[in-house]
Amino acid sequence: MSLMTINLKVWRQKNAESPGKFEDYKLDGVSEHMSFLEMLDVLNEDLIKEGKDPVEFDYDCREGICGSCNMVINGRAHGPKHKTAACQLHMRTYNDGDTIVIEPPRAAAFPIVKDLVVDRTAFDRIIEAGGYISVKTGAAPEANLIPVPQDISNEAFDYATCIGCGGCVAACPNSSAALFTGAKVAHLNSLPQGQPERDKRTIAMVNQMEKEGFGDCSNYAECEAVCPVGISISAIAEMRRDYVKAIF
Amino acid sequence: MPSLIEAFQSQVGRKILTGLTGFLLVFFIIFHLAGNLAIFGDPNAMNSYSQFLHDLGPLLWVARIGLLLIFVIHAYIGISIWFNKRKARPQQYKVYSSKGGPSKQGLSSRSMAFTGIVLLIFVVVHINTFALGDMDTVMLDGRATHDVKTLVIDTFQNPIYAFGYTIVMILLGAHLGHGIWSAFTSLTLRSKKASATIYTIGVVVAVLLAIGFLFIPLYIYFGGGCDAALINCN
Repeated sequence: MSLMTINLKVWRQKNAESPGKFEDYKLDGVSEHMSFLEMLDVLNEDLIKEGKDPVEFDYDCREGICGSCNMVINGRAHGPKHKTAACQLHMRTYNDGDTIVIEPPRAAAFPIVKDLVVDRTAFDRIIEAGGYISVKTGAAPEANLIPVPQDISNEAFDYATCIGCGGCVAACPNSSAALFTGAKVAHLNSLPQGQPERDKRTIAMVNQMEKEGFGDCSNYAECEAVCPVGISISAIAEMRRDYVKAIF
Repeated sequence: MPSLIEAFQSQVGRKILTGLTGFLLVFFIIFHLAGNLAIFGDPNAMNSYSQFLHDLGPLLWVARIGLLLIFVIHAYIGISIWFNKRKARPQQYKVYSSKGGPSKQGLSSRSMAFTGIVLLIFVVVHINTFALGDMDTVMLDGRATHDVKTLVIDTFQNPIYAFGYTIVMILLGAHLGHGIWSAFTSLTLRSKKASATIYTIGVVVAVLLAIGFLFIPLYIYFGGGCDAALINCN
């Protein structure tokens, strides 16, 4: 097992109001088997031992499911690997002596809470605007009551895999949330259960996305490149198509 | 439900309008290039094409106003996207790079605002030079008509115009390299397979259009105007 020395440049910011700055840290004995977040855990243990404030970062599942660990690593959301969340990244990706710059996702709609943690409730408000289906609660209906063709079901599932991490916003040169919103719209709008509220949902979610202060989509497709679950920008095209259908 | 006007002011509506107006502008420049190539035809071909356009009378004005409107909408939305982008990310990254793969980030896509602004300024200069410029009249089919051909040949013997136009046409190619595919995507193209094909076709069309446009000023300049082999002045 080879151990590495890694130089870190980490964005430190007390809260949304105070100005932030980069702090340099040198971390010895980093194992290639460590995950990226475990490497940060080691850094934080050192900082705590030294009586300093640990680096605040979001995480939960550490297995690419929850979407909490959105951070920008050397200028790329979730680091250098495709279809990989920051928590699934391992230190074997790096070499001894490398310098890694870690920044929070930067977008006006994602204000910084502390260090690498940002407030992503703008996404929750987009979902609240229409990212649901209204059903009567009660006993669960028979699962096969509404037939869904396999291809539609597969497509809807591909869009439904969005974990809401916000990597798309972080990587987009315009800070657009079109991939997130598109995935949610396309997921529900492609299924029979989503049809009754289809038009209302599309318009409400598009309006909310704009209200939150995300930028315009310029079809850079950088969002698709950084998406840890690989959602295609065809989701954005679906959203546009449904938007046109809704207004005419 | 929003009204149509409100809908086209939304983020998604604006993008659809950008794609639609972009498409129409590409069609326009294809026709424009076809018209330009008349310079290599019969000695009177270019001036009779100009006469034909002027003979359209009110229809020509409808086309001009329509074109202006399309151009203004396209430019206005493009500039507003640039301003929104600055507002949406007040603090830039210290390090930023593309992850590659399916990303379409590159010189062409990242310079849309710059190439767009250059083209906007260019169009004003271009109209001033060729549509509003001082022109002699020549007799064609017994009627006096503007001698556009001589104006074009004279203008492009000036190196500032010949090379200036060439540079702008390269930028036009760069704008269309991302623009043509982007317009399809904005107009809701979904298929991944078709998307890859259209991206390639878009780049090829962009390169061909740029070469088509910049060939004329360079040929006139290096060929010495009416002395050039392919240009027949009399």
